[in-house]
Amino acid sequence: MKRERAPRLMTGAGVVAALTFAFLYLPIVTLVALSFNANDLTTIWGGFSPKWYGVVVANDDILRATRNSLIVAGTASLAGTAASLAAALGLAGAGRWERTLAEGLLALPLLVPEIVTAVALLLTFVIVGFPLGLTSVIIAHTVFCIPFAYYPIRSRLAALDPALMEAASDLYASPWQRFMRIELPLLAPGVLAGALLAFISSLGDFVITYFVAGPGATTLPVYIYGMIRVGVTPEVNALTAILLFVTIAVITVAFLLGQRPETDQNGGIES
Amino acid sequence: MIGQRTHKIVQTAPTMVFLAVFMIAPLVLMAYVSVLERGAFGGVAWGKLTGVAYEKLLMEHDLLGNLVFNGDYISIFARSFELAAITSALTLAVGLPTALYMTTLAPRRATMMLFLVTLPFWTNLLVRNFAWILILRNGGQLDRFLQGTGLTRGPLDILYTPVATGIGLTYSFLPFMILPVYVALQRIDPRLIEAAFDLGADRLRVLTRVVIPLAAPGIAAGVVLVFVPCLGAYVSPELLGGGKSLMIGNLIEAQFGASRNWPFGAALALVLVGVLLLSLALLSRLQRRTRRTP
Repeated sequence: MKRERAPRLMTGAGVVAALTFAFLYLPIVTLVALSFNANDLTTIWGGFSPKWYGVVVANDDILRATRNSLIVAGTASLAGTAASLAAALGLAGAGRWERTLAEGLLALPLLVPEIVTAVALLLTFVIVGFPLGLTSVIIAHTVFCIPFAYYPIRSRLAALDPALMEAASDLYASPWQRFMRIELPLLAPGVLAGALLAFISSLGDFVITYFVAGPGATTLPVYIYGMIRVGVTPEVNALTAILLFVTIAVITVAFLLGQRPETDQNGGIES
Repeated sequence: MIGQRTHKIVQTAPTMVFLAVFMIAPLVLMAYVSVLERGAFGGVAWGKLTGVAYEKLLMEHDLLGNLVFNGDYISIFARSFELAAITSALTLAVGLPTALYMTTLAPRRATMMLFLVTLPFWTNLLVRNFAWILILRNGGQLDRFLQGTGLTRGPLDILYTPVATGIGLTYSFLPFMILPVYVALQRIDPRLIEAAFDLGADRLRVLTRVVIPLAAPGIAAGVVLVFVPCLGAYVSPELLGGGKSLMIGNLIEAQFGASRNWPFGAALALVLVGVLLLSLALLSRLQRRTRRTP
């Protein structure tokens, strides 16, 4: 949509916007700067040093928590993306009523406060007798990975020309061939963006994990929480900064995938 | 066509069944647990239905065993409401001018700004709140800055107060306000604004009589998107608020940790959901009304 530059309606809106961005990035910049502080005393600057990153990498507990986090986020985001891709394809062309109902269910994990989901799932696992551990965490994470993956996939799907799918069927492609050769390649950027968003939300989740993880399934956020409760150390600074870098990198990729114009995807097929 | 329809159902069903089993069923189970009696060793006593958990919200037994009013839990609910309302108001006060400014930018720059607004949201909630500990604690970055400029002398003592919780919540949920407000402002037909100016309205009138009413659905959506997670917040009050400014989320968590009163925890969670459903219903009514007026 092209539009003229809107007239300025509010004096000082630019100033407020600048302050807003300062507010949004001040904590991030502070955290990263302090993570490179050579001094043991976390507040006093003792010169630039990456030594705390070395301390983090040498900590076995952190490595174990990182491994758990990657297993959980990898599995849950894959499962959640597959589930939401299937749902998105199945719902394309569904009736209005079915669609509203299904999308309501899909959005539910985002609408219900995390603490409520956490309580409900904990009660369910305990009452059913399902052991708390990595598997229960993976199931819980898959629940909220589904909506995170669903929306990018759906918006990509909505932009596709349904004639392409019809043409594939007319040319005797089996549903599986149609999916593998037409739908999946065209949806790929949306699927990947959705998977990345799901991965990051799983990697960062604390509240739900805190409830449904048994003692053996400590993930990185749960471990960090324990460290923060004990006190502020330079090690926490470096560890949280690493998590910050990973998140920013992954989200930037997801954003750029979402920005890719529709045309360069269809181009290869139309020509 | 029946074949294709079956195919679609087979595609959709597993996801829906999964969500029904791990989202709907747990909520139903939670509602059931909330009316059960507390077990002797934590957990619940099956089959013993009681309203004790809900009674506990308002009442307590005094030393003589009489049921008397107890405002402790209500005051935690009130504080949570207050903090959620203040946070919604603050994010709106900051978010509206920011979103307005973003609509004056060229599309590429506006997209870039949108990305910058959302990026902090994706970073880990613990990390964000931890960063505020670094800034707000005594001897932290804010203290050092203020003392360095001679504005203050002693420590500010902000950390572990409701003010710190408010800052953490505002920081956490600001993107949820900016995004829907920006989208709503972006959709306004610029000709309406021009027409208002041509008819002699000044900027304040255009803003208050044209722009804000037209952006009302976006503002309402932003308020709900901030208010809902705020009311159930756990991390910010826990890390920044200290023990003195508990919110509902912390109270719920305590029932599954130290207090081991699952029915009460389940009841609190259910009341929270009820309150949120009520506010969502209010919002949709508000949205319907604003859609009708223009």
